[in-house]
Amino acid sequence: MASVLINVPKAVRKGDVIEIKTLISHPMETGFRSAPDGKLIPRDIIYRFVCTFEGVEIFAADLFPAISANPFIAFTMRAERSGTLTFRWLDDKGGAQVETARLDVQ
Amino acid sequence: MRSLILALCLMSLPAWAQAPKTSSFDLMKPETQAMQRDDASNPAMLWIAEGRTLWSEKAGASRKACADCHGDVGSLRGVAVRYPAFKATQHKVITLDQQIQICRVQEQKADPWALESRPVLALSALIGLQSRGLALLPATPAEASTLAQGRALYEERRGQMNLSCAQCHDDNAGKSLGGAVIPQGHPTGYPLYRLEWQDLGSVERRLRNCMVGVRSEPYPYGSPEMVALEVFLRDRAAGLPLETPAIRP
Ligand code: HEC
Ligand code: HEC
Repeated sequence: MASVLINVPKAVRKGDVIEIKTLISHPMETGFRSAPDGKLIPRDIIYRFVCTFEGVEIFAADLFPAISANPFIAFTMRAERSGTLTFRWLDDKGGAQVETARLDVQ
Repeated sequence: MRSLILALCLMSLPAWAQAPKTSSFDLMKPETQAMQRDDASNPAMLWIAEGRTLWSEKAGASRKACADCHGDVGSLRGVAVRYPAFKATQHKVITLDQQIQICRVQEQKADPWALESRPVLALSALIGLQSRGLALLPATPAEASTLAQGRALYEERRGQMNLSCAQCHDDNAGKSLGGAVIPQGHPTGYPLYRLEWQDLGSVERRLRNCMVGVRSEPYPYGSPEMVALEVFLRDRAAGLPLETPAIRP
C-alpha cells in the first residue's frame, strides 16, 4: 500500500475555486534503467490519475515515464456543494490506489 | 598601511567566517523554496506519514510501540538539534538514526533496521520535524574529541581531486561548480528530499555524494568518520534553524 497525502481546503464557500493537492509514493520506474546486473528494470509507472466528485469525473491525467518518482498532482475545481472526492491512481503492475476525501461547502 | 594589514587579516579568515551563516535554502530557486514551504507539496511528508504509523505500531518480542515508552512524538521536540550526541550507555557519540536502531533492537526487541532504510528515515524525519525551527546546538564537552576528529576530516584533502571539504564549503562557498552554487554546507534539513535522488536521504548520503564527487572512497554509513563529520558540521552550523524535512535540488 503506497502512502498518499491529499490536501482539500477547509472553510470553502459555495462558488469558490479551490486547489486540491495530492502526493503518492511511487517509484515511477521508467523502464529505461538497468540494474547492477545489466538487465533492464521493468517499467512501473502510474499511467493514469482520475478524480471524481460524487461519481462525476472532474479531473484526469495521463502520466509518462519522464515524470519523477512520488508524483505531485494539483488541480482546481469550483466548489458548488458538499460531497465526496474519490482519487484513483492506476499503475503498470495493475495496482489501483483508491482514496476518498470530504469536501465541505458552507 | 593599516588597510593593508586589515586586508591581510581578512584574507586569512575562512570565507564563511566573514559571511553570515546561511542555509542552502537561500540558494534555491523560488519554485523549490515554495515546495519546501508548503507541506502539502513536499514529498518528504509521505515519509512523515509513514513515520507516524511506525511510531504507534507495536513491534518485536516486547510488543511495544515507540509511543508506549515515549508518548506523543511531540515530546521529542529539541532532540534532533543535539544529535549526533554522546551516549554514556554506548560509551560514544551516536547519530539519531543509530539511536532509532538501538531502540528498535534493544527496547522493542525487533528485527534490526539498516541505516538509510525506509523505516529509519521515516522515523528520523518525523523526530526531526518536531524540532523544526529550533536552532542547531553546538557540540557539548563530552563530544569534544569527536568534534576534533570531525574537524580534522573536514580539513583533510581527499580523493583523486585532492580536495578537502573546507576548500569547497569555506574557501569557495557562493561560487559556482558546474550548474550548482557551492553552499556553505550546513546540515540544516536532514533527512531531506533531494529532487536529484527522487528520494528522502540522510546527511550521510549527502556526504557520500560529496566524497564520490572528489573521487574518494566514501565512508560507510554509521562509520566513526561519518559520525565525527556530522558532529563537526552540526557545531559549525550551530544557531541555524532546523528545516527538517527540507527539499534540496
Ligand atoms: C521499551 C521502551 C522503549 C521503546 C519501545 C522505544 N524506546 Fe526509544 N528510548 C527508550 C529509552 C529508555 C531511551 C533512553 C536511552 C538512552 O538515552 O540511553 C530512549 C531513547 C530514545 C531516543 C533519544 C532521546 C533523547 O533525548 O536523546 C530516541 C530518538 C528514541 N528513543 C526513539 C525511539 C523510536 C523511534 C522508537 C520506536 C522504533 C523507540 N524509541 C522505542 C525506551 C524505548
Ligand atoms: C568540489 C566541491 C565540494 C567538496 C570537496 C565537498 N562538497 Fe559538499 N557540496 C558541494 C556542492 C556543490 C553541494 C550542493 C549540491 C547541490 O545543491 O546540488 C554540496 C552539499 C553539501 C552539503 C549539503 C548542504 C545542504 O543544505 O543540504 C553538506 C552537508 C556538504 N556538502 C558537506 C561536505 C563535506 C563534509 C565534505 C567533505 C567530506 C564536502 N561537502 C565536500 C561541493 C563540495
